[in-house]
Amino acid sequence: MSILVNKDTKVIVQGFTGGEGTFHAQQCMDYGTNIVGGVTPGKGGQEHLGKPVFNTVAEAVAATGATVSMVFVPPAFVGDAVMEAAAAGIELAVIITEGAPVKDMQAAKAFAVKNGMKTIGPNCPGIITAGECKIGIMPGNIFKKGNVGLISKSGTLTYEGANQVVNEGYGITTAVGIGGDPIIGLSYKQLLTEFQNDPETEAIVMIGEIGGDLEIQAAAFIKENVTKPVVAFIAGQSAPPGKRMGHAGAIISGTAGTAKEKMDALEAAGVKVVVSPAEIGKAVKEVLSK
Amino acid sequence: MNIHEYQAKQVFAEYGVPTPRGIIAESVEQAVENAKELGGNIWVVKAQIHAGGRGLGGGVKLAKSLDEVKTLADEILGMTLVTHQTGPEGKLVQKVYIEEGADIKDELYLSVVLDRAAEMPIIMASTEGGMDIETVAEKTPEKIVKIPVDPAFGFQAYHGRALVFGLGITDKAEQKKMINFAKKLYDVYMDKDAEMIEINPLIKTGSGDFIALDGKMGFDDSALGRHPDIEAMRDISEEDPDEREASQYGLSYIALDGEIGCMVNGAGLAMGTMDTINYMGGTPANFLDVGGTANAETVAKGFEIILKNPNVKAIFVNIFGGIVRCDRIANGILEATKLVDVNVPVIVRLDGTNAPEAADILKNANIDNVIAATDLGDGASKAVAAAKGEL
Repeated sequence: MSILVNKDTKVIVQGFTGGEGTFHAQQCMDYGTNIVGGVTPGKGGQEHLGKPVFNTVAEAVAATGATVSMVFVPPAFVGDAVMEAAAAGIELAVIITEGAPVKDMQAAKAFAVKNGMKTIGPNCPGIITAGECKIGIMPGNIFKKGNVGLISKSGTLTYEGANQVVNEGYGITTAVGIGGDPIIGLSYKQLLTEFQNDPETEAIVMIGEIGGDLEIQAAAFIKENVTKPVVAFIAGQSAPPGKRMGHAGAIISGTAGTAKEKMDALEAAGVKVVVSPAEIGKAVKEVLSK
Repeated sequence: MNIHEYQAKQVFAEYGVPTPRGIIAESVEQAVENAKELGGNIWVVKAQIHAGGRGLGGGVKLAKSLDEVKTLADEILGMTLVTHQTGPEGKLVQKVYIEEGADIKDELYLSVVLDRAAEMPIIMASTEGGMDIETVAEKTPEKIVKIPVDPAFGFQAYHGRALVFGLGITDKAEQKKMINFAKKLYDVYMDKDAEMIEINPLIKTGSGDFIALDGKMGFDDSALGRHPDIEAMRDISEEDPDEREASQYGLSYIALDGEIGCMVNGAGLAMGTMDTINYMGGTPANFLDVGGTANAETVAKGFEIILKNPNVKAIFVNIFGGIVRCDRIANGILEATKLVDVNVPVIVRLDGTNAPEAADILKNANIDNVIAATDLGDGASKAVAAAKGEL
């Protein structure tokens, strides 16, 4: 078991023939992901990486039965691409692109929700079910199969966390990078629910950062609904207020969105909160050996 | 990206949001000329910097004669204005905005920002104009009206009613003017891909008109490509030169006041590295994200920018190599140390794909001040020790 994606998931790539799309689609296929084709408007009918290229998502879905799209189109076209996927009946769009305008994502997400399509990202490393399916840009070899679910706003902290879990002798069921933008798709709450319901997942690692209040909402949700042990780290304890720390959404506004308030809320919800990402692996070991 | 008050008011005017008449000046002579051109007998001389709290800092003054305009412009132009938002070093005032005086009866507050939880823009209004909105939110939250507007359907009549009744505006003509004002401001927000617009204060005049006495606008950096008119308003002198230089090389850099330079791939790990240094008793000198594909050139540039800061006593390079293999990054780091004269200890932690090979490369290079670390904790503690001269 795992969440959202597995070895049978049929995946198309939007922005298939571009540089990034090509490189990462190949990496995903090498990992074992069932990529069934791609979409590049104007290049329909061609073949790329041994898979068919379509002009539209609707054609790709009709011909391949794909349910998931990995989106690599340039930032200015992301909103449109996501809406096209939703309209074509795609069930989950994994949006890797960084730098999409917030207004576009606001509209695209509202449209996706209305059409029953889940989204992950944008500005994220994607999702990986260890040993089965990688949809994104993460280095697959780090994610050894195991019983820990991982949710993170940050790409490299996802790798860092997974690597530590593996080094402690455990492994990953599914890891999801939810992205660091102000408006994102699936968030902690929905993914915590998925992991809570996944029989294979025994513990959950949650990596957050300054800005917004998703982690606070997650804390309230965990208190009421999550019985599996949760380990959390919040990046940006030493970040100055009012400065955007790399991610578009990572900013302390006034006194809101600090790491401290998030850590306090999570701790109060019974989460094992670590003060340094270097402690994630040890903390997982601690909660799993209880 | 942020713009100046006078520029925000230009954008407002484009959409018919009422503002006082005003002209920007870069010299005392120009300031006086502007006052003459505006006419009347009361003017406001306003320092133009990208920070709030200008009035309290002495950057906004009332002039009752042309002589006073001259004196005040002379005083404000070239001053280093310190407000609660500039930090103790303050900001140099290079422009003053000369504005006609206004007949202020009431001071209100109006803003449009993204509500991240609702995932849509929200109009916030308050009768407590002129006060810091965060203070109002803390002390009298009931005095703030919040109206989310779904962009799929736009500004509706009920949004307008919620606004005017929330503000206690009872006069029919005034209600209409206020609703119009807010609707236009919402249009500015959407059309220009603004991140936030704040008018504090928005005044009601003796004749019942509403005017934006101040104006603050920030924009979504990701959308600037489709707004060349806004991009043209960029004031480079308001930006940190090192941050700007870094961004030209695809690096994200923010200076801090500690002693350990940090070079990390990924924003989250970069923050996590700073946190770990703090936790181990050190202080980070900067935030620096070298991006997903760290190579010799970006690493060299990173060293150069970090070393401009004279407080840096050690550098911690913390890279989690994924698709870019660690052995390649190790070679990049060695190459970078040849391009830039690095005169402080450099602690290098490379983890991920091909990490053992990378460790061998660093070891075999045998460079005195390059010290390999095994993991994040080890690297941070070595960096802290090195900065204290204990390594």
